[in-house]
Amino acid sequence: MFRSLLFIPGNNPSMIQNADVFLADGIIFDLEDSVDIKEKDNARNLIRNYLNESATKPSSIVLRVNPVDTDYFDKDLELLKTSEIDYILLPKAGVDSLGILDERLTELEKEYKLARVMVLALVESAKSIIEVFKIAKHNRVEGILLGAEDLCNDLEIGRTNIGNEILFARSRVVYSCVSNNIISIDTPNTTIDDERALREDCLNAKNLGMKAKTAIHPNQLEIINEIFSPSKEEIEWAKTVLRLRDEYVGKGAFSLNGKMIDKPLITKAEKILEKAKRFRMI
Amino acid sequence: MNNGVGRYIPDGMKPFTVSDAFKTTKRKLISKKTRQVETVFLDTIEAAFDRYNITSGQCLSFHHHLRNGDKVVQMVTKVIGDRELKSMHLAPSSIFPSYTNMVDLIKNGNVSDIHTNYINGPVADAVSEGYLDGKLIMNTHGGRARAIESGDLKIDVAFLACPVVDRNGNGTGSFGKTACGTLGYAISDLEYAKHVILVTDTIVDQLEDYQFDGKYVDAVIVVDSIGESEGIISGTTQLTKDPIGLKIAKDCSVLINRLGLIKENFTMQTGAGKTSLAVVKYVRDLMNIKGIKGSFASGGITKSYVEMLDEGLFEALYDVQCFDLDAVESYHNNKKHIAMSASEYGNPYEKNPICDKLDFVILGATEIDLDFNVNVTTDSLGRLIGGSGGHADIAYGAKITIIISPLIKSRIPIIKERVLTVTTPGSDVDILITERGIAINPKRIDLVETLKDSGFPIFSIKELFEMSHRITGVPKSIGHDDKIIGYVEYRDGTIIDCLYQKRTVNSM
Repeated sequence: MFRSLLFIPGNNPSMIQNADVFLADGIIFDLEDSVDIKEKDNARNLIRNYLNESATKPSSIVLRVNPVDTDYFDKDLELLKTSEIDYILLPKAGVDSLGILDERLTELEKEYKLARVMVLALVESAKSIIEVFKIAKHNRVEGILLGAEDLCNDLEIGRTNIGNEILFARSRVVYSCVSNNIISIDTPNTTIDDERALREDCLNAKNLGMKAKTAIHPNQLEIINEIFSPSKEEIEWAKTVLRLRDEYVGKGAFSLNGKMIDKPLITKAEKILEKAKRFRMI
Repeated sequence: MNNGVGRYIPDGMKPFTVSDAFKTTKRKLISKKTRQVETVFLDTIEAAFDRYNITSGQCLSFHHHLRNGDKVVQMVTKVIGDRELKSMHLAPSSIFPSYTNMVDLIKNGNVSDIHTNYINGPVADAVSEGYLDGKLIMNTHGGRARAIESGDLKIDVAFLACPVVDRNGNGTGSFGKTACGTLGYAISDLEYAKHVILVTDTIVDQLEDYQFDGKYVDAVIVVDSIGESEGIISGTTQLTKDPIGLKIAKDCSVLINRLGLIKENFTMQTGAGKTSLAVVKYVRDLMNIKGIKGSFASGGITKSYVEMLDEGLFEALYDVQCFDLDAVESYHNNKKHIAMSASEYGNPYEKNPICDKLDFVILGATEIDLDFNVNVTTDSLGRLIGGSGGHADIAYGAKITIIISPLIKSRIPIIKERVLTVTTPGSDVDILITERGIAINPKRIDLVETLKDSGFPIFSIKELFEMSHRITGVPKSIGHDDKIIGYVEYRDGTIIDCLYQKRTVNSM
């Protein structure tokens, strides 16, 4: 369960050294777009050494590998040998590339004696948005990340902060994830110094049903965490609902502040408190 | 013998004992100078050397209000070189990288001794490498004022850059083409130097408001330019964008709030480091949210504090040195932006120095050790990179002294078993805030108690020390050469540590 995932370029030692200090619920060590071709080997070595040697690491580690059709893909996956990676983030994910990754992971799990490695799928093309329901059904996939920049390039359209141009894509990701009980993760906001734009972007995504958002700079995390966390009011409401549920055992529904509370709202309350506990808010 | 912080001090020197030892001694004052004749106007620096018979071995002083934009130190030191004077004693309140003439003068023996509060750049490198024939004395801002007024630091001639001077020898820094704002560090020089010479590029008939009183001024030299105002802006006056720095600043502001320090009429000071300035931003946000109005902020003043004064968040600013041009303008225009001298700021023998009225201060550190002693004078290789400035003065005076720093800087842990150089004694340091946790000086039982259930990640300083080593490994100790090149003088005039020649690569 995440609210925030921070991208850290695999060739940035000072950022990697402090990965566990940032406020992200998970860190995405990136070997793909933020790392120049000349730096790919260095980045891979740096992350391997960090994962093998560092005394302090983030609570959740994601590795963005290069796409399956590149020469780097297999080398990137060798980092699984460290047994420190929780998720592989598959760029340019589609049904076919996910199949290739699944096959390779199955082999590596045996070779490295690993527990099952789970996948976050990065959907960032028109084709992948169309395929996203199938991707979300795959039993290795625990989350879908929307990549709006590449998607808009594919569509030959510009990005706006309101995000009407990605409304369809966001909605498809959210529906795919909710229907498969996995997490929907929103595209990063690329305006680093504009807190108001970030806040608006986060709220737009959250109101459509996105459950988390990626960050490309640590300074974005506080706002992302705030918006994708349950509010104090929500937590108090959820506590009251569950208290009343226990008081009215056997009753299908009861009333709170003049509003009927039944099973769907009890489930909502349980989810809110689960998140609040996970994020150490209670 | 070892002094009060366990440092070796050679025989004949007065060792530091405890930070409030000054309370047991009386203030020592020499007579303030009085001008015997009318202020004269001279055309050149050379003319002043002739008129006041500046010869080898004398002590010349300067202030550093124009910081890296200063040209007066360069002009005067050029004349020292041209005239081949020897063994001169220079006492600038700080030494900046732009003071390049001094390097060759040191190497050639023209300059043999230096008193200063801060030293950085090529002069610092030359002294670190052992070129100074005599000694470097690093005192605090308040300690320099004390040394001058007591006669411990005897100044033969003070050359004081002054943006505007009138026909009576009165001077101000608040306007003019090289306006630098307050001139607080130079007041002791003005009042106690044997001769005082103002160097200016702007003459007016009469000043209504002035900080330099002409009654102390012997001569005025008019030159084309005394410097560049833009040079007073330091890179360290910019707010950090570094995420680790911002995290530390945010944690610091939350902790300050938790300690109940953001309250009506509170007082504060921060250093000019980028992270300290981020703390100011967060404190400002808190004051606005809580509707709190503070009494005053002090120190080197920056734009952030000026804006807070303008917004009514503080009643007043007490300013010894303007750190940027917004502060200069504010000092000129706003009566609540008040100049203070270095003595009024931090001299331990002043009756009520501003530093003693501070509720809390936020300061940086190059190193801090297991006894909370702080080094802001040398880096871990022993190279001179700074100095106390007001660090030790306000650490002593403030009710709570907070040090903020990353636990690891460029792969080097900040916490040492023993700092290489003690600038500020650990007895005056209360809390260390890093990105990975907080340490409270165990002597502050009150703070330990207040924060014990606060939810902050609180560790002993030794635990943080060990944590940093788990990340970086244990760094090899560099140590220093045996040759003493100078002393760190505590604000009361005692020696808190020796300065040693930096080890060369081959000797490590």
